Amino acid sequence: MLARLASPRTGGMLALAAVIALLPLVLSNKYFYDIAVLVGLNAIVCIGLNLLIGYAGQISLGHAGFFGLGAYGSAILASRYGWPPLAAMLATTFAVAALAFVVGRPILRLKGHYLAMATLGLGVIIFMVITTEDKFTGGPDGIAVVPFRIGGFVVQGERIWYWVVGALLLVAVWLALNLIESPAGRALRALHSSEIGAEVVGINAANHKVMVFVISAVFASVAGSLAAHYSGFVTPGKVTFLHSIELVTMVVFGGMASTFGAVVGAAVLTTLPQLLAVFEDYEMMVFGAVMMGTMIFLPRGVVPSLARLLQTRRQRASADGEEEGA
Amino acid sequence: MSLLRVDGLSKKFGGLNAVEDLSFDIQPGAVYSIIGPNGAGKTTLLNLLSGVYQPSAGHISFGEHDLTGRPPHEYASHGIARTFQNLQVFFNMSALENVMVGRYLHERSGLVSALMRSRRLARAEDACREEAAELMRYVGLHDYLSAAADAMPYGALKRLEIARALATEPKLMLLDEPAAGLNPTEALELDDLIGRLTGRGVTVVLVEHNMRLVMGVSDHILVLDYGRKLAEGPAAAVRNDPKVIEAYLGSAVAHDGSFESGIASAVAVAVEMRR
Repeated sequence: MLARLASPRTGGMLALAAVIALLPLVLSNKYFYDIAVLVGLNAIVCIGLNLLIGYAGQISLGHAGFFGLGAYGSAILASRYGWPPLAAMLATTFAVAALAFVVGRPILRLKGHYLAMATLGLGVIIFMVITTEDKFTGGPDGIAVVPFRIGGFVVQGERIWYWVVGALLLVAVWLALNLIESPAGRALRALHSSEIGAEVVGINAANHKVMVFVISAVFASVAGSLAAHYSGFVTPGKVTFLHSIELVTMVVFGGMASTFGAVVGAAVLTTLPQLLAVFEDYEMMVFGAVMMGTMIFLPRGVVPSLARLLQTRRQRASADGEEEGA
Repeated sequence: MSLLRVDGLSKKFGGLNAVEDLSFDIQPGAVYSIIGPNGAGKTTLLNLLSGVYQPSAGHISFGEHDLTGRPPHEYASHGIARTFQNLQVFFNMSALENVMVGRYLHERSGLVSALMRSRRLARAEDACREEAAELMRYVGLHDYLSAAADAMPYGALKRLEIARALATEPKLMLLDEPAAGLNPTEALELDDLIGRLTGRGVTVVLVEHNMRLVMGVSDHILVLDYGRKLAEGPAAAVRNDPKVIEAYLGSAVAHDGSFESGIASAVAVAVEMRR
């Protein structure tokens, strides 16, 4: 029972649920709720991106593009064409999945730096299309988005969004943990380590890469749709190359191949700039210093490095205990 | 009927013919060894037989299926498994998970049931874990059931690859220099392991430099030299074939020292064969 509680699936999920449930006790105003919602949405993107980068070992520098497509797809269908927001979101998600599937196959034949370049290009193309097709997207000015509603219930205000995003974050973590502990998830980790080793036990490496690429694009797209409805406005600002880099940074900072690491990375890198506002002019310098320090002292990223540290300490403690006993 | 049929197989790397016009049959249930000096094309041949390389010419058929030009995962799904001379272990996982990956063909499920972790999948996972542990014990890795792959010694990793290959439930197992880098005790244990593999009904193709091992376990031997077939036949016949002895012993003499790197290995092999 205790061992089960300590497992990432049960224990980690419970811990995360507890944090989400108790956090409102310290969120004293709307501004804090707003940041918490942003953390949740970024975390959902990062969980998907971590499946691709951390587990399957495939880089993407274009995921802000999928986030943007989700946001604009929902915005255009729901606001310009009056679709019900849920239908708009589902249709957009499906379209983004289809796009990722079609683009993924040729792109994912590339490796390393070349894959980074290709996904970067993909992100840039999406950004260009969104900024230039101003008839639909409003160009650089962006467009207003109607509130999210299901039937008669309108999701509006930071507090309600907090619970919606919190619940969806738990679902995203649960899905990711399930996938990783399945044969398909093991196949992803295997091809990360040795593609040829994975192939010779019957794993179609190309198909699995496309599969995880599509899953990560879907996570980003759903988060984008939600973000659009939440803020009531979309601009190309969140579709930029810089935002893609931010997302990858969150994954690496939190710890690759760790679902909870992705959540922690998103939480820290979303809130840190707000917390560092006290440093005023030196804000970005301190931010950079924190990043560098973390990667030097916790090179595997926050969560895996701390987990390893804890493990060695526990082993040492139990070894000491045995010596004393003898 | 033969299990594996190779017909006119060639592989060119630029101007080099690594394997040239090679034809042979492998009968089910036997241990079939491929030997030859360094650079004879043994590993290239194994890469061709597992789909890792595409042949420049020729055909490979397995049972009734023509597998020529198919990707490696299709070779695996037809029942051809292999190990590697340069290990291809998944170092980002535990030893047990490495073997569980080998169960992929028999455990895979739909994406939806994986994401939702259906009850059926959860049960299959437990069974998979059990089977993987059983295979680890089978190859003698009792001590590494809870080890991380990157914390295991070389000899254990070689066995881990065998366990992973066995997990695919192969009809044909290709072993690429399983004894290389092992100490004499570990190498001796391999004889026993290979014997047990054939006992399980797995046909074994063995590429190996350790002549004691080859002569001890082989039913049939193929000798390669410069990518071509030098000799082929039952182990006892090949052992006494003058052409083979000449290739290993005489080549150094015949080439009058131009075969530098060959000399050392030829002498080593000759010593092995005399034993």
